Amino acid sequence: MDYFLQMRNISKTFGEVKALRNVNFEVGTNEIVGLLGDNGAGKSTLIKIIMGYHRPDPGGEIILKGKKVEDWSVEKARSYGIEAVYQERALADLQPLWRNIFMGREITNRFGVLDVKKMREETDRLMRTTMGFTSAAISADSLVRNMSGGERQGVAITRALYFQAEMIILDEPTMGLSLSETKKCLEFVEDIKKAGKCCIFIDHNIYHVYPVADRIVVIDRGMVAGQFYKNQVSLEELTARLYLVAQTGRLNSNGEAGAGEEPRGEL
Amino acid sequence: MNSNSVKAELPSRTTLWSAVTRLLRRYGLQIGIVFVGIFVWLLFLIGSPRTFLSFPIYSSFMSTTPFFALMALPLTLVIIAAEIDLSFPSIMAFGMTAFALVLTRTGNVALAFVACLLAGLFAGWLNGIIVVRVGIPSLVATLGTQFFWRGVVLVVTAGNGIGLTSTIGTVFHEGVAGRIGGLVPAQMIWTVAAAVVLWFVLNRHRFGAHVYLVGDNVESARLMGVNVERTKITVFALMGLFAAFAGFVVSEEVLYFWPTLGEGYLLNTLASVFLGGTSVFGGTGTIFGTFVASFIIGAINAGIVAAGLTGFWTNVIYGLIVVVSVSLQAVLSRKLAHS
Repeated sequence: MDYFLQMRNISKTFGEVKALRNVNFEVGTNEIVGLLGDNGAGKSTLIKIIMGYHRPDPGGEIILKGKKVEDWSVEKARSYGIEAVYQERALADLQPLWRNIFMGREITNRFGVLDVKKMREETDRLMRTTMGFTSAAISADSLVRNMSGGERQGVAITRALYFQAEMIILDEPTMGLSLSETKKCLEFVEDIKKAGKCCIFIDHNIYHVYPVADRIVVIDRGMVAGQFYKNQVSLEELTARLYLVAQTGRLNSNGEAGAGEEPRGEL
Repeated sequence: MNSNSVKAELPSRTTLWSAVTRLLRRYGLQIGIVFVGIFVWLLFLIGSPRTFLSFPIYSSFMSTTPFFALMALPLTLVIIAAEIDLSFPSIMAFGMTAFALVLTRTGNVALAFVACLLAGLFAGWLNGIIVVRVGIPSLVATLGTQFFWRGVVLVVTAGNGIGLTSTIGTVFHEGVAGRIGGLVPAQMIWTVAAAVVLWFVLNRHRFGAHVYLVGDNVESARLMGVNVERTKITVFALMGLFAAFAGFVVSEEVLYFWPTLGEGYLLNTLASVFLGGTSVFGGTGTIFGTFVASFIIGAINAGIVAAGLTGFWTNVIYGLIVVVSVSLQAVLSRKLAHS
């Protein structure tokens, strides 16, 4: 398989706390990877490292499209087309829609003067096409604060697509969404696959991850507890194993790690 | 009249109405402050019609309000970025100390003026460094630098002022404290120019966009690649620069530099920004609001005296008007934003 992203031996220590220990993690070029784990398991830390927001401890390697990248940073992550969609943290609530779409990537001339007209027009176009907003109540000047959870998610996802993301990271995209909004969101994840791109789908709800993911990686207490290809394990079996992880920190009763993953070390 | 004409009119009326509500929603803050301004003006007009129907009172507003309006405008950017600066009154004096030092040694007003601005820029930049790099909350950091710079000023000047009559006749005196056409104070022109430039920077430049984003949601701004540190440091540096300039304008107006320069400006300046509708929590605020609010605050100061209220009552009335105005502004802009 061709890999878009490979992470080797990634650890992250915050003071006394080891948030991640020797994590190996990869994403194929056209693969949807579900990332499962309890709160505090290390999912967000892993994602923040991928985004360049945190630096891994020395010894870790980040390999993109087969090439090792030094001095990983937010700018580098972005230049490789890695985009994150955070539900609550993605948007600036008090700003109009168009400022959110172009956050950090404003259209300007070479003196930094904003092309407000163009940004408004692009936002209007994206709203009608990608986001599917038809209501007259929402315009490019609407404040994000007044939008529903699904609409906000749509804005964040649209922003990622507009900037030609190669890999989209969805951080608990279905949290707090109604059933119909969740469905819309999962459809989007399938669209990423169809567009030939890859995606990391983080959730702690296995029932949302399972239908759309090609492979599911389980993180527990800062380590990869195991991974499953969807065609190798049924939803029922996976659910049963996850309960076991929650109770014992092990994936199955005889202490073996999951398919295709090296043993868990000291545990 | 037939039913056809009614039908034809209806859609246009609804689009007009939706355009109006959209404007109200978008400019709620600005419209609110204009109403407050008219309200306060009417109050004084009724209280003292003779004074408020003649030009001199407005000339006086235009002469004294710029002293703090020139700082309230950049302070708006600081507060939109969810920070605060309490040190600018001391920076006014620090800038003028640099001015006085260079002037007494070289006699060159231009050089002294540049030194004044550089000193302000440096003091503001240092605030930014302490807040961003050291990680001290700006309220505490600038409270500290406020004392520090005042202390530096007192040590260097030994508490003595310096006359600035030697600058009379230079472009620096006439340019910032002269009377354009014998009527309009030059500082008023500078205030309008500062408002226009800062409006442009805040609303039409990438830097201004980042100021809003940093104040609204600093984490998402950082995640989206906004340089949060540089944005905040720049905002503090700008504040320092304008404080030094305001200190220069005040000193040129009275042709004397007192080491206590700046004392008494803190609350008027802060009140102007908050009355102008800028949120204490950051992320929202307008230059227009601050500009109008500065003149409301300036008018309240002068208006109370003009209306014949003196002595102990001044502060009571002042406080009352400020509280009522801020409340009125908050209620009006909230109503408009949700209409």
